[in-house]
Amino acid sequence: MGEAADQFFVRLQHWLVGHVPVSLQPIVSSLLGVVAILTVFAGLFAVTTVLERKGLGRIQNRYGPNRVGPFGFLQPIADGIKSLTKEDVVPHAADRAVHFLAPLVLVLAAFSLYAVLPIGRNMVLANLDAGVLFFFAVSSVMELAIFMAGWSSRNKYSLLGAMRAIAQMVSYEVPLILASVAVVMVSGSLSTVAIVERQAGYTGILPHWFVFTPWGFAGFVIFVVAATAESNRSPFDLPEGESEIIAGYYTEYSGFKFALFFLGEYLGLFAISGLGITLFLGGWGAPLSVLSWVPSYLWFFAKLLAMIAMFIWIRGTLPRLRMDQLMNFAWKFMLPMALLNLITAGVWCFFSQQGVLRWLVCGVLVVVPYVLLSRSLMQGLKLKKRVYRFAE
Amino acid sequence: MLGEGIAKGFVETARNFFGSYFYKDRLTTVQYPEERLPQAEAARNFPFLVYDGEDSQAGMRCVACQICEKECPPKCIFIEKSKDKKPDAVGKPQFYPAVFNIDISVCMSCQICVEVCPFEAIKMDTDFELSTDDRFCGLLWDKTRLSKPNDYYRRIHPTDAAVSDGILAEEKAKAEARAKPAVTAPPAVATAVAATKANSASSNGTHAVAATPDLKAEQTNG
Amino acid sequence: MLFTIFAVLTVAGAVAAMSFRNLVHSVLALMVSFCGLAAVYLLLGAQFVGLAQVLVYVGAVAILIVFAILFTREPSGKIQSIVSPSWAASGVVVLAVFGVLAWAVLHSSATQSGAVAPVDTSMQAIGKALMVQFAIPLEIVGLLLTVALIGAVTIAVHEKREVR
Repeated sequence: MGEAADQFFVRLQHWLVGHVPVSLQPIVSSLLGVVAILTVFAGLFAVTTVLERKGLGRIQNRYGPNRVGPFGFLQPIADGIKSLTKEDVVPHAADRAVHFLAPLVLVLAAFSLYAVLPIGRNMVLANLDAGVLFFFAVSSVMELAIFMAGWSSRNKYSLLGAMRAIAQMVSYEVPLILASVAVVMVSGSLSTVAIVERQAGYTGILPHWFVFTPWGFAGFVIFVVAATAESNRSPFDLPEGESEIIAGYYTEYSGFKFALFFLGEYLGLFAISGLGITLFLGGWGAPLSVLSWVPSYLWFFAKLLAMIAMFIWIRGTLPRLRMDQLMNFAWKFMLPMALLNLITAGVWCFFSQQGVLRWLVCGVLVVVPYVLLSRSLMQGLKLKKRVYRFAE
Repeated sequence: MLGEGIAKGFVETARNFFGSYFYKDRLTTVQYPEERLPQAEAARNFPFLVYDGEDSQAGMRCVACQICEKECPPKCIFIEKSKDKKPDAVGKPQFYPAVFNIDISVCMSCQICVEVCPFEAIKMDTDFELSTDDRFCGLLWDKTRLSKPNDYYRRIHPTDAAVSDGILAEEKAKAEARAKPAVTAPPAVATAVAATKANSASSNGTHAVAATPDLKAEQTNG
Repeated sequence: MLFTIFAVLTVAGAVAAMSFRNLVHSVLALMVSFCGLAAVYLLLGAQFVGLAQVLVYVGAVAILIVFAILFTREPSGKIQSIVSPSWAASGVVVLAVFGVLAWAVLHSSATQSGAVAPVDTSMQAIGKALMVQFAIPLEIVGLLLTVALIGAVTIAVHEKREVR
């Protein structure tokens, strides 16, 4: 019974593909997967926009949108109609071809990222041998799309926002990839399916997720921080900060192209959360072995929603980082911590026998450098309580 | 320790989030238009003409003196005097406005018309839900649109209405006091008293005498 | 059939990169060409090389070129002629280089010998080869990159001191 529900979509796909002549079957099978990804994640985007607005509202002691539909949950439809019917303004001096292509490239790259994420047992669109590498390769195309957007608008502020965004994304890619490399090292494979299968065991009822190890926890924290920066989300949203530079690299976009940018950004966020879930949180595995009867794709989406909720929580809590603070944080703190995390993961594998010793050693290897490094970096900042000359 | 402040911040926002579901007084949002905040007593938006009694045209206090038209800074009031006269709030036959238009797209709510009116005839309304899609005619209000009863005035500005009623009652008492001795006093006193009145010509004094019993009955009914 | 499509895409991208007047347009066309090349690698089954091509070229080199253009030229992109004044002499040099390269490729051992024994090109095999067989070249490349990084930072720091 549990297995039937778990493999429901796989069997549905097989049944549908069986109706097609044999020569076309691979294409139709992939197409079905693509259609499913497009509908599910675009629907998730719509739900996330309203969840984010309501969540942020509650955090800020106000209601979110609550006029359209029950408790405001049909708000995305209203937003969709608005963005489709707005006039598409292209600046006179803008580079029309590049201006048109930039949101398309962004959305294209963002959708391609889902090809290597295992949504459930046997439910991955493309079981590439180098899945994680594919993910990072395609996410670097998104940076190019951002540059295209900023440059084609022929607007100094757009260009500035685009260059800042690219600098930020490139800087935070390094700790992101290093954190993932630790996982790849321990699982011995770049394939996302293999990584999830490595985390599929249970000791007692507790799972073998990588996040429950010292290096995995540190790696997960690094991954989440770098993922927030990669998606240009608060507190790393200076390039698109609404109060700083209007909208940064997509100032000159209106109507549907703006909606496409929005879509691309959120899709990138979901994809990177999906990768984090795959690498650290056990993919589609259940958190307790007694709960394995729940279908695997439900666990994936539950974890994805939890991560989205966390991102919304982070957005509502932390103030925006300035550009130089952001870059310092990436290069002076995140990069050394990611490298040390790599060493810790190696030490963990070295102590291949289970035991308290390896927990102790790896725990010390993670916590002590964190404390020392953070203390030494904060000393240089001279943070004292502010004294105002006239405002007392 | 790095992260301590961030953790405290997270606890604070989580408390806000969950608290907003359980403690309703955290959310100070007023769900307009289902709920409305009461306006302050001295709130003002656009003027309206006060009338006493049931009939908005017969009970209108305005006597078309045109002082407000002259004092209005953006000149949004447009008055045309009538040819005949009708009794005013105190009982004296006065002209009345045949046409009284205010263009509320021009009116800047400065209240000068209220301050200069000697007859307590024009007061400031508090109604702000006046949206219309007719940009020109919809915002040019005529006499009937502008007239609102005195009970309405008492409801929206109780203190000011009490003061206004007091002034009118005083004036009416003075007018009646003058009317009574005018019946028995010598004509010289009557003319002297009539000359001190700031309003219409002395010949109206005798007319007021004849009209007073009818008007008194009308006032008590109002 | 797929190979034809990707090959045409690559060549078209390269030709467009040569012939566009606007410099940033040529860079973008070059990136299209690189993507076509990556697709060819993937068609050949070389996953690592194909994906590394996208990651390095489209992800990093494109941005590098774009930043270099922006910092050294006007962003408005002055229209320049695509044919330089010395087109005859440079055309001769280009043809000569092409001839030498074509001769070298056609006469190399890779195209001369017939069937080649299938090599294990999985990620594990590449990783193992990099760590065991090619460990020293890997370290040298790493050292080279570190030297370049330090050099770039030194130049930038010098400039900052001069600006101050």
